[in-house]
Amino acid sequence: MGQGFSAIFYRDLLLAFRHRGEIANPVIFFFIVVTLVPLGLTPEASRLAQIAPGILWVMALLASLLSVEGLFQSDYRDGTLEQLLISPQPLYLMVLAKVLVHWLITGLPLTLLAPLLGMMLSLPKAGYLPLVLSLFMGTAVLSLIGAIGAALTVALRKGGLLLSLIVMPLYMPVLIFGANTVQRAVDGFPVAGPMAIMGALLAVSLLISPFATVGALRVSMHG
Amino acid sequence: MWQWFHRLGSPRWFYQASGKWLPWLSLLAAILLSVGIAWGLGFAPEDAKQGNSFRIIYIHVPASFLALAGYYVMALAGAVGLIWKMKLADMVMKSAAPIGAILTFVALVTGSIWGKPTWGTYWVWDARITSMLVLFFLYLGVIALQYSYTSQDAASKSSAVLSLVGMVNIPIIYKSVDWWYTLHQPATIKFTEAPSMHPDMFHPLLVMILGFYCFYAVALILNTRVEILNRERRTRWVLDMLLNSKKGSS
Repeated sequence: MGQGFSAIFYRDLLLAFRHRGEIANPVIFFFIVVTLVPLGLTPEASRLAQIAPGILWVMALLASLLSVEGLFQSDYRDGTLEQLLISPQPLYLMVLAKVLVHWLITGLPLTLLAPLLGMMLSLPKAGYLPLVLSLFMGTAVLSLIGAIGAALTVALRKGGLLLSLIVMPLYMPVLIFGANTVQRAVDGFPVAGPMAIMGALLAVSLLISPFATVGALRVSMHG
Repeated sequence: MWQWFHRLGSPRWFYQASGKWLPWLSLLAAILLSVGIAWGLGFAPEDAKQGNSFRIIYIHVPASFLALAGYYVMALAGAVGLIWKMKLADMVMKSAAPIGAILTFVALVTGSIWGKPTWGTYWVWDARITSMLVLFFLYLGVIALQYSYTSQDAASKSSAVLSLVGMVNIPIIYKSVDWWYTLHQPATIKFTEAPSMHPDMFHPLLVMILGFYCFYAVALILNTRVEILNRERRTRWVLDMLLNSKKGSS
């Protein structure tokens, strides 16, 4: 049963490392848009510190959103997706493997880069650990939810903008709890509550989202 | 026992049956709406604090009710279409989306007009307003997906999947927006809650809500009938009906 999972996991990881430039893109995007914020707003450290939690979270969300579009695209174009759908392996696990790889090559680097950008936005000290932890879980939820949108729009020629349109409302709870975890930590409140809710969101989307993605993939392939 | 269920799946049967319900339902909606409007705008007592401006509640509250109920109608129709492959359910889902979006828009606009005299501003990032806005985005997503496919079947199925995902998410979104709001904003702004309303104000509101439900049903049926004719335009029964109606009128 784990055969399909590990095969897809290994294959996608290999493919990702053979296109290293594509791995770097979301991270560079994240870097650049965060740089735009002081340019557009203010270089003043005290004001940047106030908005840093929200900015970092919104930008990480956008970076993850932009990269999720390609999740099924190449597999759809070269017919791999068709083969996956007719294979006897459980689709749920194969989709989970693809999402996991997507998270490893986008969500995880974004999470690791966030403290550096936090420093550049003069995020107060108390915010770093909650920022990393909330992004660690939150980007996984974003990948899982984004996969549904990617599966729904994979057969469309210009699916990119539509994908953001349908997925962003579903991202809102993650953003609210993620940014608030950091904000609360900065303000000196305990963060166990919102962090636990973040974990709950992750658990629920782990259970439900691959099913919806599988359904959406079937619709996209067979009409 | 399941015969009625199978009959319901036939667009032709629905078209003919709904033609018979439609006059009665429209009449009921018209009566309820005109009684409710006249009662609410003309006879209900003035609010002690808000004066006459509170009367927009008679449009605002029913529209918000149906905006949310309409999403569930759409998602459930989508589920029925996915599970039992019922053509009619797909058509109902497609027809419900724009009606729901318009009602959500009406709720947002009336809310913001009401906000001006009450809170002194057209837009407040209040929990309810924000969740209404998210609901509007969810509707727009379903409509956009619906129109981006060339194949009608794929469009129906994919927007059904999306509206089901949205339905699972709506409670989560509402709860999280509530939580976000209580963290960020001082809870100074309070709506006049329905249960705390005076009965003289509440009864016309009840009539309006019922009227809106009937109106929603009428709009949904009308929209679905257009969709049926559009999709079945090459079938025998539609052609026969059109030819007969032409003969009758000339």
